[in-house]
Amino acid sequence: MTPARYLAGRVLRAVFVVWAAFTLAFAALRLLPGDPVALMLSGRGGFDTLSPRDIARAKAELGLDRPLPVQYGHALLDALHGDLGASLQTGQPVTRMIADALPSTLALGGTALALALTAGSALAVSAHLAVSPAVRQLLRSLPAFAVSLPSFAVGLLLIQLLSVRWHLFPSLGGTGVAGLVLPACTLAIPGAALVAQVLGKSLHTVLREPYADTVRATGAGRARLLLGHGLRNAAIPAVTVVGLLVGYLIGGAVVVETVFSRPGMGRITQAAVATQDLPVVQGVVVLASFVFAVVNLGVDLLYPVLDPRIRATGRLVTS
Amino acid sequence: MTSAPAGTTRPEAVSQDTPVLRITDLRVGYRTAAGTRTAVDGLDLTAAPGRITAVVGESGSGKSTTAHAVIGLLPPGGRVEHGSVRLEGEELTGLSERAWRDVRGRRIGFVPQDPGVSLDPVKPVGRQVAEVLRVHHLATGRGAAQRAVDLLAAAGLPDPARRSRQYPHELSGGMRQRVLIAMATAARPRLLVADEPTSALDVTVQRQILDHLEALAADTGTAVLLITHDLGVVADRAQHVVVMSRARVVEAGPTREVLADPRHPYTRRLLADVPRLTPRARPATPPAPPAEATSLPRPSPGPAPGSRPAPLSGSAPPVPGPGPASAAGPSGDAPDPGVLLRVRGLTLSFPLRGPGPRRRHLAVDGVGFDIPRGRTLGLVGESGSGKSTTARLVLGLERPEAGTVELDGVDVTAVRGAARRRLHRRVQLVHQNPYASLNPRFTVEELLTEPLRNHRVGDRAQRAATVRRLLDDVALPADVLRRRAAELSGGQRQRVAIARALALGPDLLVCDEPVSALDVTVQARILELLLGLQERHGMAYLFISHDLAVVGQVSDRVAVLRAGHVVEEGATDQVLRTPRHPYTRELLAAVPGRRNPHTPHDPDTPDVPEEEPGETPGEAAARTPHRHDRPTEDTPWS
Repeated sequence: MTPARYLAGRVLRAVFVVWAAFTLAFAALRLLPGDPVALMLSGRGGFDTLSPRDIARAKAELGLDRPLPVQYGHALLDALHGDLGASLQTGQPVTRMIADALPSTLALGGTALALALTAGSALAVSAHLAVSPAVRQLLRSLPAFAVSLPSFAVGLLLIQLLSVRWHLFPSLGGTGVAGLVLPACTLAIPGAALVAQVLGKSLHTVLREPYADTVRATGAGRARLLLGHGLRNAAIPAVTVVGLLVGYLIGGAVVVETVFSRPGMGRITQAAVATQDLPVVQGVVVLASFVFAVVNLGVDLLYPVLDPRIRATGRLVTS
Repeated sequence: MTSAPAGTTRPEAVSQDTPVLRITDLRVGYRTAAGTRTAVDGLDLTAAPGRITAVVGESGSGKSTTAHAVIGLLPPGGRVEHGSVRLEGEELTGLSERAWRDVRGRRIGFVPQDPGVSLDPVKPVGRQVAEVLRVHHLATGRGAAQRAVDLLAAAGLPDPARRSRQYPHELSGGMRQRVLIAMATAARPRLLVADEPTSALDVTVQRQILDHLEALAADTGTAVLLITHDLGVVADRAQHVVVMSRARVVEAGPTREVLADPRHPYTRRLLADVPRLTPRARPATPPAPPAEATSLPRPSPGPAPGSRPAPLSGSAPPVPGPGPASAAGPSGDAPDPGVLLRVRGLTLSFPLRGPGPRRRHLAVDGVGFDIPRGRTLGLVGESGSGKSTTARLVLGLERPEAGTVELDGVDVTAVRGAARRRLHRRVQLVHQNPYASLNPRFTVEELLTEPLRNHRVGDRAQRAATVRRLLDDVALPADVLRRRAAELSGGQRQRVAIARALALGPDLLVCDEPVSALDVTVQARILELLLGLQERHGMAYLFISHDLAVVGQVSDRVAVLRAGHVVEEGATDQVLRTPRHPYTRELLAAVPGRRNPHTPHDPDTPDVPEEEPGETPGEAAARTPHRHDRPTEDTPWS
């Protein structure tokens, strides 16, 4: 398989994922019970004063009276031009709202991802490098413990200890680096545990492969074996997890932003779902799927870099 | 050399050089849940510079543990409990890990068993060779890369500069083994430990690799400790041999003496079980009728003495049979009622991956042959020759692009549905690897009943009776029925696999390398079993192997496959003794054990068969390759 074909196949798949997310979100929101227009208008004035005629007029303005396929076609066309519509609640363009909220969430998610990867890898490697068997055992059982902690509980615990008792970090809000530490840690802990688990398991397998014996038989030390040969071979399954991890971080951000009262995508999502603000929810879904697709595209492109055998066949090799 | 407690040791006949390696009274144990298992017990061994010292034995004999103890890399749980391992006078047992790192690679090189899995798959091979130099501070940066190319060239890798930038998966098995040899010799160690370095390789590649190791020892004065299960290899290559069985040395001494005059019964058994390059002999007397309530097909009653066509026309004039590359098949196209399987012009290709225009690889290209009822065709060739693809085509697991496979005149490739299922009852497969081909969680009873249930044969009681009969057939005790496949030894598993293939009473058994994964003594027993079963039940075999000696032992005729073509086809005797095609001659020349006059097989001297336990004199006599009670022309299957 040529690199160009490999690349084209993966890009096509990413585009499909975003399109499918857009379409599913559109369908799901239109099928929900409740009338978004009535909700919108009731937010602005008394519901009782609304005549059916007012509602019909509002619907016509928003194009919601047209047949669903036509609505879908327009929405898709607009989305392709970067127009995701306007919020039913505030009338603000959805892209504008997202652009305002995104940096804060990106900072949170990016920091959490970086933390999860470094801490997880460090834990997995040190669990194999530690000399004392007791320490090794402890380091190996840590991820299983951490992965089972719910993030809201971790968040509350961190607030309790680090903010309320020791006053190290602000508990709520906060926009600077100091405000980022607690939420990012909360979000990163289960991710780090996941990375440590998968990478640790993978390292364990790789270091028992016959080629590990070959390396040791040349006189190489444990560190060289682990860092020079083991890590790259073990990284392939771990990289797959990064793709999944991003999905988890997107969902986790909603919870963590709520717990720490941080502005961001999580807050927008929560509000939009509560008020059935269709265009906003749709925009959030499309954005999330876009991020997810791009990250997984990156993962797919990383495989052949890590494993030369995939360069030849375009397929994962297990042996 | 001190005397091994239970073994026979001969006076040292090697040079006066001080040994590079001297092992005395070594004991190695593995700690397991059930206590300590002793893997090596009271081993004495020396390796002299410039010489090849072989350690030979079966799997589990402790030979591989010995190799790993020498480089201080015993598997988890393994420990040197007693004795000493001295390298150039320096004690190695009890070295710290730090100190070991200066010994491994620098003073002892290690060539592992399976080149397919012994190189890091994600690094170019040149980098892996260069790393050895870096580890021991012998070169850095560009210098190391250049030295790596030189080392690869010295190890006999063609086009080393280009190859050094390639990854292991881009190289063949033989090339990878050369890379591993380059790594093992990079730091010019005084001792090279080679743990079954050629077991995973084709016979012609094996010869080249062993040639290289031999030259290395002679030219550089490196002492080579060669671990092997193959007495043929020992005979050809080693000056000194240590025979191990069940953790102990049973016999040791100069190879020539040990092989010419084996003193220990185990050595004799090992020698007797090495497949010889002598063709198969059929028993002169009809076999005793089996105790059978059998559903297995029996051909026309057992052959009268001498009436059974014997392929052993040893003195036959070299009348050309079918032309060497007779794609059309051995005989003409007139259907022969005696022919069970008729294969004609079989062709199959696979798409080639990689950049550039789409190409296809012709795996099988116009292959044709006949197998009469109750007879064996040996299909021999190296990996990639199309042997296994041919087997899959015959079994109907793959559809040919051209050609036909006819079983009793019915084209197997054309039938569908129920007819195809019925056909499958008549053609069964015995797989190469008994460790992978049986579900380890199934009991033997479940394994043997499964084909019967799948084809709705008999009721519960009848099935149970069939299963007992099958166990009898393959000489397994009834108590294995409740055991799971995972609890059985390799030989037992292969017996179960054979019994399973027999369950439906097939007319044709396709045996795809059925003994390649087994030790030589187990291999000999399985071959005997297959021969006995054929005599009893009269099935035909398509016997596939890379090993001409094994093929010769069981086959009436042999077809030599190369790159998808049958290059030579003829009576076993003719192919083994007067090969016509150069490739067949090359294969024959590569069979180990042909150099040393005292070695197991030497086709130029008539092989006087020794009697084996359980063999009647008549059977032994039938092994002699000269019989004149046969028509002498070399007609196919005469």
